[in-house]
Amino acid sequence: MFWQMEQETLKRAKLEALQLKRLKQTLKRVYDNVPFYQKAFTKCKVKPVSLKSVKDIEKFPFTTREDLQANYPDGLLACGREDIVRLHTSSGTTGKPKAVFFTKADLDNSANLIARCLVATGCTKHDVLQNMMSYGLFTGGLVMHYGAEKLGMLIIPSAVGNTDRQIMLMQDFGTTTLHLTPSYALYLASHFEAKGINPAKDLKLKRAFMGAEPYTEETRLKLESSMGIEVFNSYGLTEMNGPGVAFECTEKNGMHIWEDNFIVEIVDPATGKQLPDGEYGELVLTTINREGMPIIRYRTRDITAIDPVRCACGRTHVRIKRIHGRADDMFIIRGVNIYPQQIEQVLMGVNGVGKNYQIVLESSEDMTIRVEFSKGYFDGNLDNLKTLRGTLVEKLKAAILVRPKVELAEPGTLPVSEGKSKRVIDNRKVY
Amino acid sequence: MKNIKQLSIFAENKPGKLEHITKVFEENKINIMAFNIASQGDFGIMRFIADKPEKALEAFKKAGFTISMNEVFAIEMEDKPGGFHNVAQFIAKSGLNIENAYVLIEKDRQGALLICDIKDTEKAKKTL
Repeated sequence: MFWQMEQETLKRAKLEALQLKRLKQTLKRVYDNVPFYQKAFTKCKVKPVSLKSVKDIEKFPFTTREDLQANYPDGLLACGREDIVRLHTSSGTTGKPKAVFFTKADLDNSANLIARCLVATGCTKHDVLQNMMSYGLFTGGLVMHYGAEKLGMLIIPSAVGNTDRQIMLMQDFGTTTLHLTPSYALYLASHFEAKGINPAKDLKLKRAFMGAEPYTEETRLKLESSMGIEVFNSYGLTEMNGPGVAFECTEKNGMHIWEDNFIVEIVDPATGKQLPDGEYGELVLTTINREGMPIIRYRTRDITAIDPVRCACGRTHVRIKRIHGRADDMFIIRGVNIYPQQIEQVLMGVNGVGKNYQIVLESSEDMTIRVEFSKGYFDGNLDNLKTLRGTLVEKLKAAILVRPKVELAEPGTLPVSEGKSKRVIDNRKVY
Repeated sequence: MKNIKQLSIFAENKPGKLEHITKVFEENKINIMAFNIASQGDFGIMRFIADKPEKALEAFKKAGFTISMNEVFAIEMEDKPGGFHNVAQFIAKSGLNIENAYVLIEKDRQGALLICDIKDTEKAKKTL
């Protein structure tokens, strides 16, 4: 079953010709309309016409998250503000988030991509989707919503939390399909157990889509067996519409990326050079079917590899493997993207904080920040240390949107290796 | 009543810390006259009255400890039943509140000193 069979099974030669045509149009669009790209192209000594084949994309400059932040709020718009109908921002940044804009056509297109993904997993308009993702600036909620609506599914926009009510909705409305994060799925699974509910028998659940956070194959299998449903991996990022960039089909062996909408590259994170299919490296994506805010060669910082083998499902669009890690130090806690630098910025701005700190990631939900207080800050009592800890928790929560545990440590006690402090201890086992 | 210097040493609530701290006293030939240990979860504060407080402060700082020195009150109590009660009564009447207290028994055992922090230092100095 296909949503857009012709496009999804387009022969490679035709698909690549379509890519070339759309890429040329995109390069011209940003060159003509976005000063940032005009400057960036000029710096690389390229013009849109320099592209003779899709491989020539290598000549063009990358776009990084810093570029998006520097061009906030609308420096990367390729059309007039009056043509934009939706704004989404990326979670977890203070001060300058990444803003992504969509025209009506962009939204409709994105909905079609989602519909393709849903049908690829076996959904039909008779299915009932419970969208257990945050609704708001985060793309996970609304973007999936409109895609499911396009397909004709019944959508229950339950968003996140209130798990008892979520289960009641599943019982009362016959939910067949869930969209949620892996950590919420694990929580839900244990909640089912605690309530003595066997989803496979007592509910109509058939499948779940999990994304927005990294998780292992082991976790997928554990959830499948615990809930008696099929779990499909979903990949996306706000900068590339949100969910729907890549999705597993019923083969569940890698996620198809819609190559008529994105040019996929894998590059060496250190040098930026393209790597051959099959080798792990950083995923770089270029939108070729977006008019509001096209993005050229975006460095996602996600590590994966292309699986060039033709999929048994019949789709000719290439697959990428499960995300293997990050090329930077970003991590995700409770669904929020966090960079150690954000934490450091807060810590160093608080009086009483010493030189050394450590971020310990326990799970997808829990993070502990160990901070040395400064020697001079101790005045003979524990009171101001307590206050310091309280201040740090509040300031961190305000900056990173997640409330961490904070533990104060005596100055000089946090381990230092090779002269450089090891800042992030990752005990999560999600890659 | 007199003011004397108190050393407060911060430490993680782990085995071996006390040994480490008392070693510094020993190595520097400083005598401990009174002490108090208070733990609060993962941390604790050890308070000491020593015969050479400034020397102790330097020695502990040099040894890498987190240490602070402050002035506390040393109030004479008679070393017999009622001795403490009399002092406590007087302090209560004066409207003062004691924070953290422990005892220093004087060498000749004629009296004892109540070592304590009183928040309202100015008022305490006047009253006592």
